[in-house]
Amino acid sequence: MSDVVMLTRIRLARNLKKYPFPCKLNTAGKNEVVKTVIDAIKNSNSPLANDFDVLYVKDLTEAQRISLVETHLASPEFISDSAGRAIVLSKDREISIMLNEEDHIRLQVLKKGFELEKAFELADRLDTLLDENLDFAFDSKLGYLTQCPTNLGTGMRASVMLHLPALQSGKAVSRIAGNLQKLGLTIRGTYGEGTEPEGAMYQLSNQVTLGISEKSAIENLRNITTQLVNQEQNAQKRMIESIETQDKISRSLGILKSAKLISRDEAMSLLSNVRFGVITGELGGIYVNTIDRLISDIQPATMIVNKQENLTPQQRDIIRAEHIRTVLGREPRQP
Amino acid sequence: MKCQKCQKNNADTHIKRVINGQFEEYHLCSECAKEMGYSNVFEGFSNSFADDFNSLFGSFFENALPARTQATRCETCGSTYNDITRTGMMGCADCYKVFEDRIMPTIRRIHGNTTHCGKNSPSSKARVFEKEEKKEEKPKSELEVLKDKLAEAIENQEFEQAAELRDKIKEMEGE
Repeated sequence: MSDVVMLTRIRLARNLKKYPFPCKLNTAGKNEVVKTVIDAIKNSNSPLANDFDVLYVKDLTEAQRISLVETHLASPEFISDSAGRAIVLSKDREISIMLNEEDHIRLQVLKKGFELEKAFELADRLDTLLDENLDFAFDSKLGYLTQCPTNLGTGMRASVMLHLPALQSGKAVSRIAGNLQKLGLTIRGTYGEGTEPEGAMYQLSNQVTLGISEKSAIENLRNITTQLVNQEQNAQKRMIESIETQDKISRSLGILKSAKLISRDEAMSLLSNVRFGVITGELGGIYVNTIDRLISDIQPATMIVNKQENLTPQQRDIIRAEHIRTVLGREPRQP
Repeated sequence: MKCQKCQKNNADTHIKRVINGQFEEYHLCSECAKEMGYSNVFEGFSNSFADDFNSLFGSFFENALPARTQATRCETCGSTYNDITRTGMMGCADCYKVFEDRIMPTIRRIHGNTTHCGKNSPSSKARVFEKEEKKEEKPKSELEVLKDKLAEAIENQEFEQAAELRDKIKEMEGE
């Protein structure tokens, strides 16, 4: 299951009753919100209380900002503006709290694999603990009040990141997408907004937040995810029988192991093929985790942040190729 | 990717919208986008995708109800209904109360529902809206007033008065 479901994310939108929403709040007001929430975290009994980092967007370099998005800790919207914005991160980066994005508080829990319940439990616990020290904008009829009415109610967006190489190559994802709408879910590419996202990575999330409880929304998402995973696994079994697929996978590994220059897009596509090979058992001696780690390492801004220096696109392509060669060369080889 | 309308130019414009709960997505070239009435979105000073999206979203707010000329303004944050339809964003929690009648059809359109079901904020028990608050102000019945007085009398150890009140209450309850 976790071979197909790479990540699980729960996000809760909350606002402080005392302040207008971020779109009507000046920088001084936003700074107050940041201070109020950080104080509340420090004074809470939450697992975060003594062990978190606060990053102020205005203090971050461009690369550091983009890297937050690449590592799924912040949204593109969040880093598009720096005034009065900050992000609270747990040391293990499982918890992130964006302050003054679209809402005052966007609390997120990110877990590897298919962990909807665990992720929700943690997010819910943190939310309850924050609630003790903060007065949230809440209405018993409309639920948590959010800046955009699309998040009203639970304010919860639950999502899973799926690797669907077989369904993508059979053009099945766009067909499925239409039906998902009717079930109150949306599917979109994780990297890139096109119909065939890079690396065949998709994000499936609940769309409706009002009139459905957190538990039901999660149950719904889990059911559909399970069905999608089954479909993907069946399609994978069929596809891997063909010599063309096997050839594509072997060649992809060959290029990754020998390339001297590689762009992110090419690397994403090849890594996706190799991942397909690994989870179907076609390629032995490589761990899925190694591939997943590589996918995150080779994102351009994350590479700059890890190297701690500015890199030209060509330098990045060289370092990316080198890094992939080294990591794949290290893998234990088993027959 | 080619523009879905003319099939000639490259699609450089990505439009997503949700109408009646139906999600629609288009990849268009800027010319076709203009033709389809998204011109104001792509011209002028909007410089981020978020702005573009919000304007689109705003347009679907406006469709929710025929335009009205009520010039109400949310006193808490200064938002007008126009501000909200333009940006697709509420200005503050009170806007939901001020513009309730006009915003509800849109909320129903988005969620297919207008009543929250799920976690209740542990700290906020009362409803923000007025209707519920009024319920609390409902005048107490005579009997309830007497019972309150009785409790007060006992609290103050005024037993003679308490006995009188007790008898009155018994009488009323016996009716």
